[in-house]
Amino acid sequence: MSVGIIMLVHTAFGRAEQVARHWAASGCPLVIHVDRAVPRATYDAFVQALSDVPHLRFAPRHRCEWGTWGLVAATQGAAEIMLRTFRDVRHVYLASGSCLPLRPLQELVDYLDARPRTDFIESATIAEVPWTIGGLDQERFTLRFPFSWRRQRYLFDAYVALQRRVGVRRRIPDGLVPHMGSQWWCLTRQTLSAILDDPNRRAHDRYFKAVWIPDESYFQTLARRYSRRIESRSLTLSKFDYQGKPHIFYDDHLQLLRRSDCFVARKIWPFADRLYEAFLTDQAGAMKRTEPDPAKIDRIFAKAVERRRRGRSGLYMQSRFPGEGHGGGLTCAPYSVFEGFGDLFENFEAWLARTCGMRVHGHLFAPDRAAFSDGRSVISGALSDSAALRDYNKRAFLTNLIWNTRGERQGFQLGPGDHIEDVEWDIAKDPNAQISVISGAWAVPLFRSNADFGDIRRAAARLQRIESRHLDVLRSQWARARVRIWTMAEVIEAPMEPLQTLLDEIGRQGPQTLAEAPRMADLTGFGQFLQNLRNQGMHPYLMGDFPVDEAPRNLPRDGRKPYLVRPE
Amino acid sequence: MGAWQSYRMRLRRKRARIRAFRKHFSLRPVADRTDLIRQGDVLLFATLRDEHVRLPYFLRYYRDLGISHFLIVDNDSNDGGADYLARQPDVSLWSTRASYKHARFGVDWLNWLQGRHAHGHWTLVVDPDEFFVYPFCDTRPIRALTDWLDTSRIRSFGAMLLDMYPKGPIDAVAYRAGQDPMEIAAWFDSGNYTIERNRLYGNLWIQGGPRARVFFPDAPKKAPALNKTPLVKWDRRYAYDSSTHMLLPRGLNLTYDAWGGEKTSGVLLHAKFLDTFTAKAEEELTRGQHYSASVEYKAYAGIAAQTPDLWCKWSEKYINWRQLEILGLMSKGNWA
Repeated sequence: MSVGIIMLVHTAFGRAEQVARHWAASGCPLVIHVDRAVPRATYDAFVQALSDVPHLRFAPRHRCEWGTWGLVAATQGAAEIMLRTFRDVRHVYLASGSCLPLRPLQELVDYLDARPRTDFIESATIAEVPWTIGGLDQERFTLRFPFSWRRQRYLFDAYVALQRRVGVRRRIPDGLVPHMGSQWWCLTRQTLSAILDDPNRRAHDRYFKAVWIPDESYFQTLARRYSRRIESRSLTLSKFDYQGKPHIFYDDHLQLLRRSDCFVARKIWPFADRLYEAFLTDQAGAMKRTEPDPAKIDRIFAKAVERRRRGRSGLYMQSRFPGEGHGGGLTCAPYSVFEGFGDLFENFEAWLARTCGMRVHGHLFAPDRAAFSDGRSVISGALSDSAALRDYNKRAFLTNLIWNTRGERQGFQLGPGDHIEDVEWDIAKDPNAQISVISGAWAVPLFRSNADFGDIRRAAARLQRIESRHLDVLRSQWARARVRIWTMAEVIEAPMEPLQTLLDEIGRQGPQTLAEAPRMADLTGFGQFLQNLRNQGMHPYLMGDFPVDEAPRNLPRDGRKPYLVRPE
Repeated sequence: MGAWQSYRMRLRRKRARIRAFRKHFSLRPVADRTDLIRQGDVLLFATLRDEHVRLPYFLRYYRDLGISHFLIVDNDSNDGGADYLARQPDVSLWSTRASYKHARFGVDWLNWLQGRHAHGHWTLVVDPDEFFVYPFCDTRPIRALTDWLDTSRIRSFGAMLLDMYPKGPIDAVAYRAGQDPMEIAAWFDSGNYTIERNRLYGNLWIQGGPRARVFFPDAPKKAPALNKTPLVKWDRRYAYDSSTHMLLPRGLNLTYDAWGGEKTSGVLLHAKFLDTFTAKAEEELTRGQHYSASVEYKAYAGIAAQTPDLWCKWSEKYINWRQLEILGLMSKGNWA
């Protein structure tokens, strides 16, 4: 047989035995290395269990801790035995005890027979691939790492810091260009023996003993030196998560692995009975039933890494709770906030909902209750309109609302009469918020109310104070929302401009020009009303300049009829 | 965190251990099968009282997940549940007539038993009406999860409490022994939860759901906490501080990511609102053994006269864990 298998085993011996027998049944010579940390009794039992398998050798045992030289030493020892004992072997395949052959061995043999001079080893220069697990790339090769990253993290970090401070740099042996890649490779006898019989091997070994994670760089670097033909990829399917740990395959990955098109997969959960059964008993049948789709595995695992690193923006839940400024915007989707429009235009909410096809709520932060659209008391996600529940955590109320209704754009009214403290900052800082303000429009309901003038005056003073502070928030340097502010006077001068602007931003259904516009409130005598406030010592200024003695210019003289904004 | 605060937390943890020691004298072993526990077994701990009708399904559900041994404290049951449990081959049972409240709602008892029997094991602490759901729980046993947590060097796993309720009055449909309670209490609230971070303990404080919506619409602060960390690789130095909401040392509470990523998490389906709830509520009102002077049962009794229906038009019907993950109630994290 032209392919020999080296197996590194440290756990799940039952499965390792199963896989070893599977390789052996196809006539492959095997050399198995068992971690020295494994108790003697377990090792003996394992050796005993495999004693009837022909063409199988056990390699001298080394202690194989993750990221240490032991793994390389173990591989070297096993490879020497392999090359010495089994002279027919042309390719040596490095696998682990938790690898699972997916395709019949004959296919691997045929594949390698067709490429007798090719070494399959993932091997990239650090300059090109930023493998920065632990924040180290180039320094893996220029510092010393005598301490265990797993067990002696403090010493590990301290020693790295010390070397950086002192400025120690190891010299890389002549002729070596550091390369890194997956530790699971398949090398030709020529390349492997050249590495192992190199006259400078002692120097190489000495150097790599102090490199960090040498099993990802020793063969990868030296193969570059000797190989005549490298295919820089691993024949073993192995996916890594964001910490550099291999993803584990379970029974429910069966379909995925069937479509992977790889020869060997790693790593398999030892109790994944269905996988072992499917691929070790009826391999040909297992793979042939489906079209290969190796990209699907990539997508699934890339998504998992993405989810762990970035998560779903705008989602707050038990295992994702980003602090302020982290994890993207506050909310998950764009939404609109309208201030003053509902006061100035009589049927604004209904008109907007009709024109834009978005969900338009009333004053969500009103003192009595959250005025959801259509007067509902509960909406998506079972979000309640209770003012107490809302005020208990207004930010959560807002983020929940936007999250629950993702897929449908939300808009709501806001005004100085609402409970806006705190949440106004959240909205202003949220890049998803699009805020349109008609300043001073809160005076319209007061103007039209039937209250005593003294009460009106007090209310006006209060609302103006709140809105003035609120506008400062919207204009502050921390605001990230899209904010547009018109004074009421500007809107009355040219009512279509703000409406057109906000429709352009939201994106409208139907024709590009406005077919229908909302009705503006009757403002006859509004100028006088403002003057009366002034006369009482309360200066309304947020609405802009209104002439005192006549109705605003664009309004018809006949004040009894409501003014209709017409499309221009 | 200052050294002083760390020291205070250390004292708190010691105190919890001492309390556990003091309270363990009231525990009387009824069936001690702990010699059956093997290395690597996942253990389940629970305290209960008069839950016989729930037990058959409870045991079946967790056996199917791959729980190897149940360690249960029976707090003075009168419904034959204790005898039923004592007969089960994989249950170790202790009984006590001491006060549930004085044992900090059972936490002291379980802390003691965990310290004794669970050192080095993954432990799941749940109530008989809580059903643990985690990513891939329909295809992977719990051992797959704990093995993965081990390789990822994660010691604790969060699973928020999700209140399940039926459509219509809570007591309209009678629950039969052995039945899946989610056949009746099939509905839940998907998006009305609020979260605060507890700066001292580092855990998240989650409230909301149907209980906040219906029982506490005017006093949301009183709504019960829903954050839980039920699955922990136990060490005898650990202690639950307040139910399974908080753990000490504090690092175990960090089951969430604060930088925008999602950690892997599960959900505890809380099938409390079955027809058995009405009777329980009445009993608890007289016993006063529950949290914060049984405020929840009082709130319930207050609206019980109006035939409470927790269901609303926007309730979600439970399908499976994938639905919960899409809704954002739990996450696969980087477990794929």
